[in-house]
Amino acid sequence: MTASPSEPNNEAGAAAAPGPDTDRHSGAPYDLAVVGAGSAGLAGAVTASELGLAVALLDSSPQSGGQYYRHPAPALGAVRPEALHHDWSAFTGLRRRLAESGVDHLAGHHVWSVAKEADGTWTVHALTGPDGCDGAPVRIRARALLLATGAHERQLPFPGWTLPGVVGAGGAQAMLKSGLVLPGRRVVVAGSGPLLLAVAASLSSAGARVPAVVEAAGYLRYARSPRALLANPHKAVEALVHGAALARHRVPVRLRRAVTEVHGTDRVEAVTVSRLDRDWRPVPGTGRRIACDAVAVGHGLVPQIELATGVGCATRALPDGTLGLALDGLQESSVPGLWAAGETGGVGGAELARTEGELAGRAVAARLLGRPGGAGPVAGLRRRRDRMRAFADVMSAAHAPGPGWSGWLTDDTDVCRCEEVPAGRVREAVAELGARDARTVKLLTRAGMGWCQGRMCGTAVACLAAGGATPEPSPERRPLAVPVPLSTLAALDGATDRSVDSST
Amino acid sequence: MPTRETSDVIVIGAGVVGAACAHYAALAGLSVTVVDRGYVAGGTTGAGEGNLLVSDKEPGPELQLALLSTAMWTELADRLPPAVEYEAKGGLVVASGGTGLDALREFAARQEKAGVVAHEVSGDRLHDLEPHLAPGLTGGFHYPQDAQVMPAHAAARLLHAAGDRVRLAPGEEVIGLLTGAGGAVRGVRTATRELHAPYVVNAAGTWGGAVAELAGVQLPVLPRRGFVLVTEPLPRVVRHKVYAADYVADVASGSAALQTSAVVEGTPAGPVLIGASRERVGFDRTLSTEVLRRLAAGATALFPVLGAVRAIRTYPGFRPYLPDHLPAIGPDPRVPGLLHACGHEGAGIGLAPVTGQIVAACMTGGEPPLDLHPFRPERFDATAS
Ligand SMILES: Cc1cc2nc3c(=O)[nH]c(=O)nc-3n(C[C@H](O)[C@H](O)[C@H](O)COP(=O)(O)OP(=O)(O)OC[C@H]3O[C@@H](n4cnc5c(N)ncnc54)[C@H](O)[C@@H]3O)c2cc1C
Ligand SMILES: Cc1cc2nc3c(=O)[nH]c(=O)nc-3n(C[C@H](O)[C@H](O)[C@H](O)COP(=O)(O)OP(=O)(O)OC[C@H]3O[C@@H](n4cnc5c(N)ncnc54)[C@H](O)[C@@H]3O)c2cc1C
Repeated sequence: MTASPSEPNNEAGAAAAPGPDTDRHSGAPYDLAVVGAGSAGLAGAVTASELGLAVALLDSSPQSGGQYYRHPAPALGAVRPEALHHDWSAFTGLRRRLAESGVDHLAGHHVWSVAKEADGTWTVHALTGPDGCDGAPVRIRARALLLATGAHERQLPFPGWTLPGVVGAGGAQAMLKSGLVLPGRRVVVAGSGPLLLAVAASLSSAGARVPAVVEAAGYLRYARSPRALLANPHKAVEALVHGAALARHRVPVRLRRAVTEVHGTDRVEAVTVSRLDRDWRPVPGTGRRIACDAVAVGHGLVPQIELATGVGCATRALPDGTLGLALDGLQESSVPGLWAAGETGGVGGAELARTEGELAGRAVAARLLGRPGGAGPVAGLRRRRDRMRAFADVMSAAHAPGPGWSGWLTDDTDVCRCEEVPAGRVREAVAELGARDARTVKLLTRAGMGWCQGRMCGTAVACLAAGGATPEPSPERRPLAVPVPLSTLAALDGATDRSVDSST
Repeated sequence: MPTRETSDVIVIGAGVVGAACAHYAALAGLSVTVVDRGYVAGGTTGAGEGNLLVSDKEPGPELQLALLSTAMWTELADRLPPAVEYEAKGGLVVASGGTGLDALREFAARQEKAGVVAHEVSGDRLHDLEPHLAPGLTGGFHYPQDAQVMPAHAAARLLHAAGDRVRLAPGEEVIGLLTGAGGAVRGVRTATRELHAPYVVNAAGTWGGAVAELAGVQLPVLPRRGFVLVTEPLPRVVRHKVYAADYVADVASGSAALQTSAVVEGTPAGPVLIGASRERVGFDRTLSTEVLRRLAAGATALFPVLGAVRAIRTYPGFRPYLPDHLPAIGPDPRVPGLLHACGHEGAGIGLAPVTGQIVAACMTGGEPPLDLHPFRPERFDATAS
């Protein structure tokens, strides 16, 4: 027998059943495991629990609340964390219901993979410890799964963006909310999307000077969808609140402009802001310098869906060029038994996330308990969800990056920070080596192969690979949602199984 | 749209094998069009590891191919840009028990007769070669001919270095074969156009069976899944390509179960690669945590320092295999003008140059460097034997 391909070979036949450890699980599975304790996950978990399900709620963070309801750790002794939130009461309501429910809240659990077992139940694999590194693997089994893992910020690189003092806009907001720290004293807020206004308002309320909010899009596209606007008055109110805050602090909002260069040697000293044409190409000669000691940038949010795509869930292309999960009217994905809510289905804000979470919680309960989900509340929730989703799609379209944005990228701008891959190298892979998509570019340049696994540079690389055309969004394949120590993987056999009656 | 739609050869597949076929055909003076439904290295080549091994091969036709190809790689390493990351790092096979070492010795003795260079390393000298190896191993063999390349660059640079004679047609799927008088090949059809050439090379890897079917012939190429685990970047802790001797026994066992034997190697970019499993599960991409557990356990048993290191990525690939584990290389007597170059299973990166050379020789009336009989594409037909 020859059988000796270049990795040392072992003759293998049919796949052994993954041999799960199902028989070693002592207790009964949970009815529902919820991954993510932000607005969507919290709402889903408490709803399902109140309807009688045994629920585990996992989140990597030590506190519940997700991105929106970030709040200082109790040790910081903040007096009024709610000052930075519009609807803090919705959160306190969810938190109270969580405390009163029987939900097992597993904080500090980093989920790295989910798997559907042969018997149709789900296994959720998690790491514990502050950064998932104390090596103790945990396994949770459940009959249904709700993924509410939120989104991460989208970045488009520009010359100088790796300089200290350049921070993510959402990150700045999160820092402010959870640690009450400002990224600088004079902070230019730039990029695209409604989050910028919120960030600028928070920064200036917290005492920073914001010399400008630099928004690449115009707001005209909103006006083209008056129906969605009228149907979502709370959004208009939110914008008014931000607008008032910005006016109070005299923050100018500059539309159709972008930060095209950052100046400074050791840290940010100033930025150049240029006008953009319709395609977001910087107009030569329009650059204006603004002094500042920090820049908070972001281009909207990208749904974090790798746990779902890892098990084959179908995706849908969102109007801003990102991908969300394709979900049915009751939030179930294309893989039966796996529901999703919140930003995983498309970015739409905390209230939409809450609504979807509740809808999913009800749908799971209806399925597992064999009862049709209470028509009354479900119909109402669906209507609200649809209305807010429609608005989210308008927003997403308005802030889609124009094809000309890469015009502000010089060849020596690092696109991938982890692997230090400059734009010129990506362009070369496309022009000379036949790369046309993000995956080939990654293989040929290492862009996206580093620590962040392309979460930071994915958009930019895909745009450069498409060479001016609109890139086909393709689901990133990241079977490991978080890095996992090899010793942990090696010890999976001895993982702690958490089940309904093992709660400790 | 290209200006000419006619060339001397059409190669279907821009993986490393197709790239090598195009490269050597162009060197032989032929004009080549390479068609791929995806992009360069988008198939199994982008999911492989890039070991160029003789150490794991039993004496026989595949080892003959490997020895020829390894020599060609050293020559290519001088011609291709450094981006292919060719490293003549050598392989180290280690044994943990007395019987394991005996089996290795016997295996190496047979390989040496076939032209493989292998040096026995005693247990107390293993750490000279690999300082971080686990203590207590009984010994091993060093194979200086084993080397490594970066597969995606290998494919891209083989194509690029061939110059203007090679044209790339990415993003086009071949959906039909054009034939003329006597059933001879005239070219291929894609969704949007026809491309003409008197020769068509099937370098479609794991999908080679489907391409053969377009020509009305059978070639039973099937996928064999393998996972690779990739760690965070590290300073060099693993210098050679290191694996345990167990696999020699595994090869002989013929077991039907999922097989994993950890193969550990560093890369110039920093991450350590841990391969690789073998399973027949079709084209299923879902992660198997059992596979990851075994790979990680095997790797940390060999290199305990890796325990604290984090895996940041894992990916599956689908090796193209034929029932007798040998590739199909050469003209297909059933369809004049059609040649095959697929089914290299877990060794396609290593075997690509020699495959390209053989295919080019067949099209230009040259002499293939070895007897092609074991690789003949029609060998699985009930009637042919
Ligand atoms: C950085 C940032 C800042 C934002 N700031 C604002 C703002 O100021 N104003 C505003 O209106 N909107 C803001 N948003 C948007 C807002 O957060 C969302 O609209 C809302 O939080 C959506 O709720 P969600 O439940 O879908 O997701 P999230 O609130 O994001 O919750 C997701 C949760 O999942 C957890 N999680 C993710 N992956 C894993 C895993 N693998 N294992 C375990 N747990 C996991 C996370 O820790 C998180 O707690 C911000 C978003 C981001 C990303
Ligand atoms: C985990 C793993 C580890 C490995 N490690 C090694 C190793 O260390 N050393 C080694 O030598 N080998 C290794 N291999 C094996 C090696 O990767 C393969 O043998 C090799 O890549 C096969 O190359 P190929 O060009 O034949 O196929 P591919 O790279 O798959 O190329 C075939 C191409 O054909 C295209 N195609 C298919 N059908 C059509 C059509 N109808 N029209 C147009 N285009 C089409 C596909 O898009 C694809 O790009 C490994 C494999 C795996 C999975």
